[in-house]
Amino acid sequence: MTAVPLVALVGNPNAGKSALFNALTGARQKVGNYPGVTVERHSGRMALDDGRPVELVDLPGTYGLEPSSPDEQVTRDVLFGTQAGERLPDAILVVVDATNLDNHLRFVLQLKELGRPMLVALNMIDMAARDGLTIDDAALSRELGVPVVPTVAVRRRGLEGVREALGRLAAGGEKPSVPLARPLRELQRDARRIAAAATTSQPRGRALTRRIDAVALHPVAGLLLLLGLFFVMFQAVFAWSEAPIGWIESGQEWLAGAAEAGLPEGFLRDLLVQGIIAGVGSVVVFLPQILILFAFILLLEATGYMVRAAFLMDRMMSGVGLSGRSFIPLLSSFACAIPGIMATRSVEDPKERLVTILIAPLMTCSARLPVYAVLIAAFIPDRSVGPGIGLQGLVLFALYLAGIVGAMAAAFILRRTVAKGAASGFMMEMPRYQLPNPFDLLIGLWQRAWVFLRRAGTIILSVTVILWLLTSYPVAPEGERQSEYSIAGRIASGLEVVLRPIGFNHEMSLAVIPAMAAREVAVSSLQTVYAIDAEDEEAGATALGERLAERWPLPTALAFLAWFVFAPQCLSTIAVARRETNGWKWPIFMLIYLFVLAYFFAGLTYWTAVALGL
Amino acid sequence: MSAPFPLSLDQLPRRRPAIVASVDWASLSLPERRRLRNLGLDEGVEVEALHAGPIGGDPVAVRIGKLTLAMRRAHARAIIVAEGEAAV
Repeated sequence: MTAVPLVALVGNPNAGKSALFNALTGARQKVGNYPGVTVERHSGRMALDDGRPVELVDLPGTYGLEPSSPDEQVTRDVLFGTQAGERLPDAILVVVDATNLDNHLRFVLQLKELGRPMLVALNMIDMAARDGLTIDDAALSRELGVPVVPTVAVRRRGLEGVREALGRLAAGGEKPSVPLARPLRELQRDARRIAAAATTSQPRGRALTRRIDAVALHPVAGLLLLLGLFFVMFQAVFAWSEAPIGWIESGQEWLAGAAEAGLPEGFLRDLLVQGIIAGVGSVVVFLPQILILFAFILLLEATGYMVRAAFLMDRMMSGVGLSGRSFIPLLSSFACAIPGIMATRSVEDPKERLVTILIAPLMTCSARLPVYAVLIAAFIPDRSVGPGIGLQGLVLFALYLAGIVGAMAAAFILRRTVAKGAASGFMMEMPRYQLPNPFDLLIGLWQRAWVFLRRAGTIILSVTVILWLLTSYPVAPEGERQSEYSIAGRIASGLEVVLRPIGFNHEMSLAVIPAMAAREVAVSSLQTVYAIDAEDEEAGATALGERLAERWPLPTALAFLAWFVFAPQCLSTIAVARRETNGWKWPIFMLIYLFVLAYFFAGLTYWTAVALGL
Repeated sequence: MSAPFPLSLDQLPRRRPAIVASVDWASLSLPERRRLRNLGLDEGVEVEALHAGPIGGDPVAVRIGKLTLAMRRAHARAIIVAEGEAAV
C-alpha cells in the first residue's frame, strides 16, 4: 500500500465538523470539486503522532444516509465508495454534538452499519458541561463499540486523543459489510437509550442561548437587531476600509513611480503603468471592503446567528414564494453570487431553488462595490445627515435596498409564472450560539481573498490588458480623440446608439463591454480609457473619481449606478448558473430578464433625474 | 393554564414542555417526514414551544428533545402533544 490513508470526516450540520477539520489540518487545505457535481471537496493533510501522513476529507454535513440534497448525496456516495473521483475512505471520523447526543448518536449507529473502522469525536463537551450534562465517554464507547474521544474543536482541545485513536484505526481496513438497514425509528430509540445510559444530567438547558434568543428572536427587538446589524455591516464596509485603501493606493503610486523611473519610455512602460498597474490596482483597492463584508458574513454564520436571521425573514420570503432557507444563499450573494448560487444546493424545493438562483445576481455583490464606491465618492457629497449616518453610506444602503426589492419582485413574478409550484416549507435546526475561533474565521477569509486576488490576477488582468491594447491602437492622428478613434472606441460608438437614450456616454458604453467579464472591470476600464486620453497631461495622477466628477452630469452617473443594480455582468455567474441548472435555458433567461430590467431602470433613473433638474 | 390536552404543537403555550402523543405523518411530504425523523421527532419525545416569528407568528421555533428547530406553523399542526413524562 503506497496511498496515504484516507479518513472521511462526517457529522450532522452544526456539530463542529469544520472547526475540527481546521484544527486537525491547519492551513494545509485543498479545495477542489467532485467531478460531475458542483459540490466542493475540502481535503487536507495531517500527520499522526508517529509521523505517518493521513488525508482528511471534510464531507458535507448531513443528518442521515438518505440524501435530500446534492450535498448529502455526495456524503452518502463517498461513504459507500460509489462517488466518482474519491476512493473508499479507510476510516470514518464522526463528529457528534455532546449536547444533543440522542440525535447525533442515531447517525453514528447508522454509520456503524457500514462496517468501516470508525472513531467518534464527542465534540462541544464544554457546552455539555455548561448545560449540566456529565457524559461518561468510556461508557459511551462501550455501548457503541467504537472508540470515543472528547473534544472541543473550536478551542482546539482533545486533538491529541483524536490523532492517537486515528493512528490505531488507520492500520485497519476491512471490507464494508452490507448495511443492515434497520428502520430509522428503531435506530432513534436505540440512540436515545445509549445517550441516556452514558449521560448524567441536571438539566439547565441552553441558558445562554435562550437568553440571547429572547432578544434576537423577539418580534420587535429581533427585527430591529437584524436591521441594525446589516446597517452596521454596510457602514463598516465604507468606514473601516478607508485606511487600508489608502495604503494600497500609495503602494500602487509607488509602483507606478518606480516603473516610470526604471523603464525607458515606450510600449512596455505604457502597458505596465497605464494598463496593468492602473487597471488591476483600481480593482485590488477594493479588497479591504470585500474582506470586511465577508468577515461579517462568516462571523454571522459561525456564531449561529445566520439561522436566526433566516427565521426572522422566513415569513417575508414566503410572501414571494421563497423561504427562510433561501435567505442564506441570498445573503452570501451580497459578497459574491457564485458561492451564493452554489449555496442554493441546501434549498430542497427545486422550484424555490431555481428562483433563488435566478434572483441571486440582483443581490449587490462585492464586485459592484468598486463601481458604486467610485461613483458615490465622485458624485455624492460627503456630509452627515444624522448622528453617525453619512449621506454616502445612505446612498449605498439605498442601492442595496433597490437590489433586494428588485429581487423580491422578480421572485414574486417568477414563482407565479415560469417556476410555479406548491409553496415550499421551512425546517432548520437552530444551533446554539458560539464564540467562533478566530483562526477558523481567518481561514475562511483567506480562501475568499485568494479567490478575489486570483480573479484580479487572471481575468481582470487579461481583460484590462486587452482593453488597453484595443483603446491604444490604432493611434489617433492629430485632432482626433484616442477613445473614439481606437478599435474599442469604434465598437463602443456602435453600442452607444443603443445606450444613449438612457444617458450613457461614449466612455460608459466602452466600459460596459469588458465589464461583462466581471463588473469591477468597469472601473479599471474607465481608468484605462481616461488615462489614455489624458496622456500628455498628468496621466495617471488624477484619481478616477475626480475625473468623473468633472466630466459626467449627475443624471448620467445615477443611470450608471441603476444599470449596475440590475445588469447581469459577470460571465462566471452565468457559467455557475448553467452548471447548477444543467443547461443553457435558465442562464439565458436570466441574462435577458436582467438586461431588460437594467435598461429600463437606468433609463427611468436618467429621465427622472433630468426632469428634476439634477 | 386553560388549554386542555391533547393540543397540536402550534397551539401549545410557550415555555410549557409537553410530550409528543402522535404525529399525523400522512399530512407531511416524504422529505419532510424523513427530515423530521432525522431531527429526532418521535412519539414520546419532549417538545416545547419557544418562539414565534415576527409576522403572523409564523414560523415557530420549537425544542424537540435537545434540539431547537425552526419550522412552519402548518407543520407544527401535524404534531399532537399531551402532558406527561418523556419516554426513553
